[in-house]
Amino acid sequence: MLRTTAAVVAGKAARAASRLRGGGSALPGLVAEKVDPGFLSHALADVPRGIVVVSGTNGKTTTTKMLVAVLRGHGLGVFTNPTGSNFTRGVISSMLGELPMGGRLKADMAVLELDEAHALKFAAAVRPTHALLLNVARDQLDRFAEIDHTAQLLASLAEQTTTGVVLNIDDSFISRIRDRVADGVAVRYFGVDASIADRLPEIQEQDVRFDDDFVPPKPGADDGLLKPSDERTFEVLFGEPGSGQHVGPLELQQRGLAAMINATAATTAARMLLGDEFDAARAEAALRAVTPPFGRGEVVMVDGQPLELVLVKNPAGFTVALGTYGSTPVSTMIAINDNYADGRDVSWLYDVSFESLREQGVAMTSGVRAYDMALRLQYDDVSVDAIEPDLEEALDAFLAAHHGQPMRIFCTYTAMMSLRRVLAARYDLPDIGEEAS
Amino acid sequence: MSNLPLQDVDVHIPGEPEGSARVPSADRAGKGVINLVHLYPREMSIYGDLGNTRCLAARIRRHGYSPVVHQHHPGAQFPAEPHLLVGGGGQDSGQVRVEADLEHIGDRLRELAEGGTPMLMICGMYQLFGNAFITVEGQRLPGLGILDVTTQGNAKRMIGPVVLDTEFGEVVGYENHSGSTTLGAGQAPFGTVRAGFGNNGSDRTEGARMNNVVGSYLHGPILPANPALADALIALAAEKATGRPFEPVSQDDAVADQARMRQVRRLVK
Ligand SMILES: [Zn+2]
Repeated sequence: MLRTTAAVVAGKAARAASRLRGGGSALPGLVAEKVDPGFLSHALADVPRGIVVVSGTNGKTTTTKMLVAVLRGHGLGVFTNPTGSNFTRGVISSMLGELPMGGRLKADMAVLELDEAHALKFAAAVRPTHALLLNVARDQLDRFAEIDHTAQLLASLAEQTTTGVVLNIDDSFISRIRDRVADGVAVRYFGVDASIADRLPEIQEQDVRFDDDFVPPKPGADDGLLKPSDERTFEVLFGEPGSGQHVGPLELQQRGLAAMINATAATTAARMLLGDEFDAARAEAALRAVTPPFGRGEVVMVDGQPLELVLVKNPAGFTVALGTYGSTPVSTMIAINDNYADGRDVSWLYDVSFESLREQGVAMTSGVRAYDMALRLQYDDVSVDAIEPDLEEALDAFLAAHHGQPMRIFCTYTAMMSLRRVLAARYDLPDIGEEAS
Repeated sequence: MSNLPLQDVDVHIPGEPEGSARVPSADRAGKGVINLVHLYPREMSIYGDLGNTRCLAARIRRHGYSPVVHQHHPGAQFPAEPHLLVGGGGQDSGQVRVEADLEHIGDRLRELAEGGTPMLMICGMYQLFGNAFITVEGQRLPGLGILDVTTQGNAKRMIGPVVLDTEFGEVVGYENHSGSTTLGAGQAPFGTVRAGFGNNGSDRTEGARMNNVVGSYLHGPILPANPALADALIALAAEKATGRPFEPVSQDDAVADQARMRQVRRLVK
């Protein structure tokens, strides 16, 4: 107990120090973890209504934010890791701000966004009661050498989950995990309604194992299916249309099919977690109020014109982003870095089709791999006006050349962090660490 | 699979126009038709290797020829007159799916290789073009034997950016492989490693070249940023296809050259 208190004090001090420096969010967690390796399990020991892990390649941050909003909308106290630092240490870091000195978190529920590898590490320290598994796509291949391997990590996570698992019915890497959960653990599914099933290939990884005998599950009365009525409005249906429960119609602040699927996943999980307490009207109100997480279509007002920041990190995600945003003509910049957090191999840019940018062209490519991005665009016959690897110089030139027009920047993770830092110094935008509350 | 119509199994190659698998009429063939075959694009082109096919097809057009892009899938009829072959890397599950077909078309591939048909085989397909792959457990899986190389399965992966010196000049790319490859006694490498691991991380060789077959671990994909290699393959293919020497059109490769030079400058100390 003393040891934990020491860990909390040490971690809080490190957190305060790193906040002053505006530094990385994982450092205080590292300090606390060093002092007390059992820190996580201790801190979460008194969270009575469940420890929920959200994992998968794309949409973790958005889905987590939506799920937390719906749960809080039902009056629950929810602890979450809002900074997008989805590693174990990041979880501890965000926890430190809310911990009393005894080191036990006071919350009804914990909802944690964790990447595939760290979700398993976390589960080794604390067994999750629930897991919400979104999808498997090629991402940061340095870390997860193969899609099959990533799918295995998520299956292991599901195996260690004690109460309930929510799976993507349309992603066969995920839906086949149903065979891996322990006896007595409930399985629910989320997915899309048959009316839009033809749009799945644009957002989903191809499963190459098409000749095995896997029979996809059939959705039941507790499984949520997305039924859009147009590009922005949708319902989540449970059970046969008309007979069962539905959430919506509603409109999200974040655009696109991917966000609607995230909302469907969050709604299905919330319904499982809340049971009879679940109230469709409360869920709708909460989902309507959720703002896009930073870098997921976040809008910065620059001299009266919107500048959208769109995070891209893998072929499926970039393709979705182009499908969501590419159709409205705006001035476009693309910034590609190749640091560890971006994915060091830029080969994936050749698995994305940039044809939707052909008509408008791209105003600027930037980042360490600015020339590789421009070269990629050449091969899709997309014109590029300027190439400037230095992000700040590129941003200045881009803003100057497109003054008074709506603008959009597609960027990898570290490129976005740099651009955001520059923009934050000049314009009004929320601090990344603060934005989720 | 084999009874499905071809368009149902073909994968989308980003950027390639529809109908690029169709043979153009004589008046639209330009300097000649070049049959470009991508082996197992569905199973064996993880990490952007489809970009090599896109790059070759685009540059064939820019040089005034007409590419016909054939996708060869397991169990399908092998294209009659291939002039240029490419293959990429895959996951283990993808590799398993192509092995039987590769054995089936093996004689044809060996005959084409001996006849001088240019081929570019990356990562997993490079390994399969070798003599054998020895798994971590010691099991020997025979390859096509077109390249005199042997690959030993490894627990550790060799991952990272690469710079090579090759007969096509400096070549940049990105390697991601767990196999460690050794060249046979008379086997020439594709390049010498200046940054990165290469075949095995110890002898500074990367890839292999036999006749006009190039094997390499480099993704990136390798061709867009290294247009000299792309054009060398196209030149050989054009000669095969037309019986005349290659008639190139001069290309503006300034962006590719910048992309490559910047990687060289970053990585070679
Ligand atoms: Zn590879």
